[in-house]
Amino acid sequence: MSDQSTYQRLAPSRGQKFTQRTLPFIILAAILLAIPMTGPSRTFYTIAHQMGINVVFALSYNMILGKGGLLSFGHAVYFGLGGYLAVHAMGWIEDEVGIWGSIPVFFLPVVGFVGGALAGALIGWPSTRKAGTTFAMISLGVAELIFAAAFMFDSFFGGEQGISGDRMNGIELFGLSMGPIAEVYWFIAFWMFVGILGMWAFTRTPLGKLSEATRDNAQRVQFIGYNPQRVRYMVFIFAGGFAGLAGGMAAVNYEIFTPDALSLIPSGLVLIMAYVGGITYFVGPIFGAILLTYMQSMLSDFTEAWLLYLGVLFIAIVMYAPRGIAGIVFGFIDGIRGSESGIYIKHWALNLLGILLMLIGLIILVEVSVRWSNGYGDIYEPFGMHLSHTNPLTWFLFLVASVAGIALSLFVKKQKEATA
Amino acid sequence: METLVFGLLNGVSYGLLLFMLSSGLTLIFSMMGVLNFAHASFYMLGAYFAFTISGSSSFWVALFIAPVLVGLVGAVVERYGLRKVHPNGHVAELLFTFGLAYLIEEVVKIVYGKTAVDYRIPELLNFSAFQVYGASFPAYRLFIIVIAVGMLIGLWFLLKRTRAGLIIQAALTHPHMVGHLGHNVPLIFMMVFGIGCALAGLAGVMAGNIFVTDPAMAVQMGPIVFVVVVVGGIGSLEGAFVASLVIGLLQNLAVGINASFADIFGFLGLTEMSEVGSINISSLAPVLPFLLLVLILIFRPQGLMGEKEL
Repeated sequence: MSDQSTYQRLAPSRGQKFTQRTLPFIILAAILLAIPMTGPSRTFYTIAHQMGINVVFALSYNMILGKGGLLSFGHAVYFGLGGYLAVHAMGWIEDEVGIWGSIPVFFLPVVGFVGGALAGALIGWPSTRKAGTTFAMISLGVAELIFAAAFMFDSFFGGEQGISGDRMNGIELFGLSMGPIAEVYWFIAFWMFVGILGMWAFTRTPLGKLSEATRDNAQRVQFIGYNPQRVRYMVFIFAGGFAGLAGGMAAVNYEIFTPDALSLIPSGLVLIMAYVGGITYFVGPIFGAILLTYMQSMLSDFTEAWLLYLGVLFIAIVMYAPRGIAGIVFGFIDGIRGSESGIYIKHWALNLLGILLMLIGLIILVEVSVRWSNGYGDIYEPFGMHLSHTNPLTWFLFLVASVAGIALSLFVKKQKEATA
Repeated sequence: METLVFGLLNGVSYGLLLFMLSSGLTLIFSMMGVLNFAHASFYMLGAYFAFTISGSSSFWVALFIAPVLVGLVGAVVERYGLRKVHPNGHVAELLFTFGLAYLIEEVVKIVYGKTAVDYRIPELLNFSAFQVYGASFPAYRLFIIVIAVGMLIGLWFLLKRTRAGLIIQAALTHPHMVGHLGHNVPLIFMMVFGIGCALAGLAGVMAGNIFVTDPAMAVQMGPIVFVVVVVGGIGSLEGAFVASLVIGLLQNLAVGINASFADIFGFLGLTEMSEVGSINISSLAPVLPFLLLVLILIFRPQGLMGEKEL
């Protein structure tokens, strides 16, 4: 048997290729096309647009963290610089500076891509020479440096109030005036699809494969004749570019950019999005971006301690589910397909119950404390219960829920060890 | 001259504070390979604990109790958090401490409120130590210098002159060998993490009342401490010491310089009217540490005193 035939035997069949590669994109496109038919509300559009932007941003971050093994604390710099360039370009389109008059606003994300990639090329040159902790520290330092510098150069960054623009200018493309939010939807949906497709295609290129190889073993990559620094540098430029693409989308969607967009806060948030979603899977950051955007806009209405829940969620993922939500979902699918699916489902359900109980305990503790801390005399009243910090019922419920949850989780762990 | 002397004095006291923070971080890093992202959060905890304790008793009690409490919190975090994450690698550990920083900040906001607390300099030290050029230098800053130098000597003595220090140093480089000799290496790690956090807590006790004690203090201090550690050379205590002083002096001296780029580079034709020309040196002070970091990483990637390039 020759090597060629072994390869052909291992290679995915035509059907597998279709279900694993083409079908997900067809489904995605179908969903994106179907959403406006349901007649969504303005709120839905607002959140959906933010999700679209964050999906592209989180995926671009995963190009360096998940696929490249580079932990960055300053990825928002490329998002921000790309977005700023796009906002300026929006202004040039309005004023018809040079050839800008003949460029539609619809293509601004391309400008953002160029801006982000240029920033990546410039900043990545000194910073990607090292991987690991050193890279993480440099990214942090550079992010702080650029954020601080943003307040010194007002003509580009616009100081505290930022730079704003108007998207309803220039040539209309596809009959979209870009005015109403429903028309902006097509813009966001199109670029999100392009972004996801582009980044997925990138993982299939030789550079994308080399990036994963460099992450796993830089020395071996050097052995087979590639320069790992150069691989990191090039991947970094592309990641910056796609972050800039997301920035361009944000520029058109919000029509304003402020220096806060390149601070450490969005950089930290995109890290959490990608990691919570699952950095070892391509779709992971998509899950993470959708969940976190939802939490950010919905949960912050219900509770002011949503960042605390976010921190707990993140730590729980780091400690107990390092493969993120995608890992949980795919693990579950594998589990119920496996040979002992009955036991698997039982353990899974018990675990879920334990987590829910612990969550109830946590929510009671946090909500009661937050209200006590604010001192306005507000009282946490879920399901008509009157849970103040002096009410013994509060502490009884908290204790019962947490202890039962922890006990249940420990029990499942023991059971698993016994069967394994 | 007056600004120079004050810049130097303030720079030294600030630099020594930075060293208190970065020494703990360096110790933890060189031992466990973990860059503790939440280190500045322990600094914040120190300040808040000191505020609570000095409210019910006195500052002097807080000076001893608060760092110990912070150290205990650190030890618990190591035992039940970091140790669990350790098998997943250094990135997971870094991310764990990153999440921890979020968590600590939110818990502090709930317990102490979102605004600054009134944590004050003790009455006993609230006088001017001496006068230079008609302006007074607060005694408390002198006290910081004394405590920091005392801590420096204590740390040096512990690491280089005691048996415990010998074992710690050995565990830094040869953890398995030390384990085979019958020492409990995980316990040593826990203690080092605790001591590192306690040092950060001590810095918080000292600094919380001359700066502001609010939930944002960790975020403000954190990046600068990382800069110190990287500039000094990751894992080098001596380097951290030099870098702390350099950055402390640099920042405090820059604040005192009332000149703009146009004044300095005027001969190149730069005017006050242009954007670059109007940047003031004193407004550049917060950026200087990061500028230094980038320059160091380009021209001397191993840091000032680091032995190996990372």
